[in-house]
Amino acid sequence: MSTILSVENLNVAYGSIHAVKGVSFDVNEGEIVTLIGANGAGKSTTLNTIAGLLRGKSGSVTFMGEDLGKIPPHKIVSRGMALVPEGRRVFLQMSVQENLEMGAYTKGGAGVPADLEMVYDLFPRLKERRRQVAGTLSGGEQQMLAMGRALMSHPKLLMLDEPSMGLAPILVEQIFEIIQNLHKAGSTILLVEQNAQAALSIADRGYVLETGKIVTTGPSGELLASAAIKKAYLGG
Amino acid sequence: MATKLKRMAPSTRSSFLTYGMVIAAYVVMQAMLSGGLLTSSLKGMLVPICAYVVMAVSLNLTVGIMGELSLGHAGFMSVGAFTAVIAAAALQNTVSNGPLRLVMSMAVGGVFAGLVSLIVVVPVLRLRGDYLAIVTLAFGEIIKNIINCVYVGMDGTGLHFSMKDAASLGMAADGKVLLQGPMGAVGIQKLSTLTAGFLLIMLTLAVVLNFIHSRAGRAVMALRDNRIAAESVGISPTRYKMMAFVTSAVLAGLAGGLYAMNFSSILAKKFDFNTSILILVFVVLGGMGNIRCSIIAAAALTVLPELLRQFADYRMLVYAIVLILVMIFTNNPAYKAFFARFRFRRKTAGKETA
Repeated sequence: MSTILSVENLNVAYGSIHAVKGVSFDVNEGEIVTLIGANGAGKSTTLNTIAGLLRGKSGSVTFMGEDLGKIPPHKIVSRGMALVPEGRRVFLQMSVQENLEMGAYTKGGAGVPADLEMVYDLFPRLKERRRQVAGTLSGGEQQMLAMGRALMSHPKLLMLDEPSMGLAPILVEQIFEIIQNLHKAGSTILLVEQNAQAALSIADRGYVLETGKIVTTGPSGELLASAAIKKAYLGG
Repeated sequence: MATKLKRMAPSTRSSFLTYGMVIAAYVVMQAMLSGGLLTSSLKGMLVPICAYVVMAVSLNLTVGIMGELSLGHAGFMSVGAFTAVIAAAALQNTVSNGPLRLVMSMAVGGVFAGLVSLIVVVPVLRLRGDYLAIVTLAFGEIIKNIINCVYVGMDGTGLHFSMKDAASLGMAADGKVLLQGPMGAVGIQKLSTLTAGFLLIMLTLAVVLNFIHSRAGRAVMALRDNRIAAESVGISPTRYKMMAFVTSAVLAGLAGGLYAMNFSSILAKKFDFNTSILILVFVVLGGMGNIRCSIIAAAALTVLPELLRQFADYRMLVYAIVLILVMIFTNNPAYKAFFARFRFRRKTAGKETA
């Protein structure tokens, strides 16, 4: 297994607020790695910095052997990284299919119909609603759409920012099942979650963030069993 | 023909409807013009209507498609108008064909408006919302004030520029002043015609409608809908916003050229904040992003003050009331439901054929 993404001593600040303090972690090919932690721990900030939407103060992000430090976000996509941003950011005024087509923006070309089929196979619900305007979808459907859109670019690394946020438990289950299916099909996934239990139950490894620092790391099974983690995040 | 229409993508069908509407309006106006059925005041408004339609469509690209409020669109019109007037005068001896000279000088106006927009585009890429509106408003005022102090003259040796007065242009005896600061441009040869206006509208529609339905247009709309999502699928905000904004400015410059060459003299004051707002009203009334209706709004609201002349002093009051009533009624749920019914039927019909 080779390392696909490696974050070294990353520091990110919003003005004087130091949100991420020296975070380092790796993601290997074919893994699901999860970053868990409470509100404000710096999970989303870390993810957005990897995707280039934010700039780190110091530290490095290396993706497939290339330093991403100076590359603008729209170019990072074509290097094989896709981010599903927090809060189901879909294009509300476009139809479902148009949203998916936007996902293939950097690629374009002849592969799009086949990729659409691939996404529709994963999310049959989206196929039913492909002509519907995205703003009329339910929260869970919008999350599926955001994930499907990211998959359209055939990412080597898929990054999901809180896919379970604000969804009904049954939908959370569905979304996590889909993430597992993607993993089985060979995708590499970096998952940021507040729902630690659900995230750890499907991930290979986990990192626990607390106020901008990684406090614990290990295989998910160990983290799930650890008394400290249980107390802090799993409610008992 | 009918089956062909059905097979077209809805967006293509909608574009053809827009072109058709403009062509039909042109044919009717041309027929009435040659039949002598138009009053002289309406006749004089044909070219301004065309210019305002182009302004409305081009501003719709910024406001409706890109989703940024611009309050300085008249500034680009102004740049286009005055550069076109100067170009037309400079070309008078070399290009004798009137329509050709009109096209060439309008093109010069468009190019200059585009160049100026490259300066304005710097804040456009960095600001959003109210802040951008303020910057564009200031831009319109700056352009107006700059043109108010510029003197341009032409003699046998070429063009002369001054920021002081007409005397300091230092022209030879055969010199002619083209632009006299606050007195505006004078002695303009009237080259604009209804046909030129019609062709400019068609060109504008071709550019704007194709842009909207192109890859770049999709990207601009994606940025408008959700900037973060757009960046996360790999769209460069800088590139596409710049493309939309500069295109819009070039079209405004062309419209300015057309507008100016319909009059014998023109003042920089004509292209002030009120004109920018007027154009914005066309766009808002027609619906942001709705090209066809902004054409109708531009034409109707240009004619309306003329038709309201009989109300004399109460003209602007009635104008405002008409505007408010239109906005209230088109926002009425019952009205929307009525039109949504047609849209629904069209959508299901599309599904059956697909």
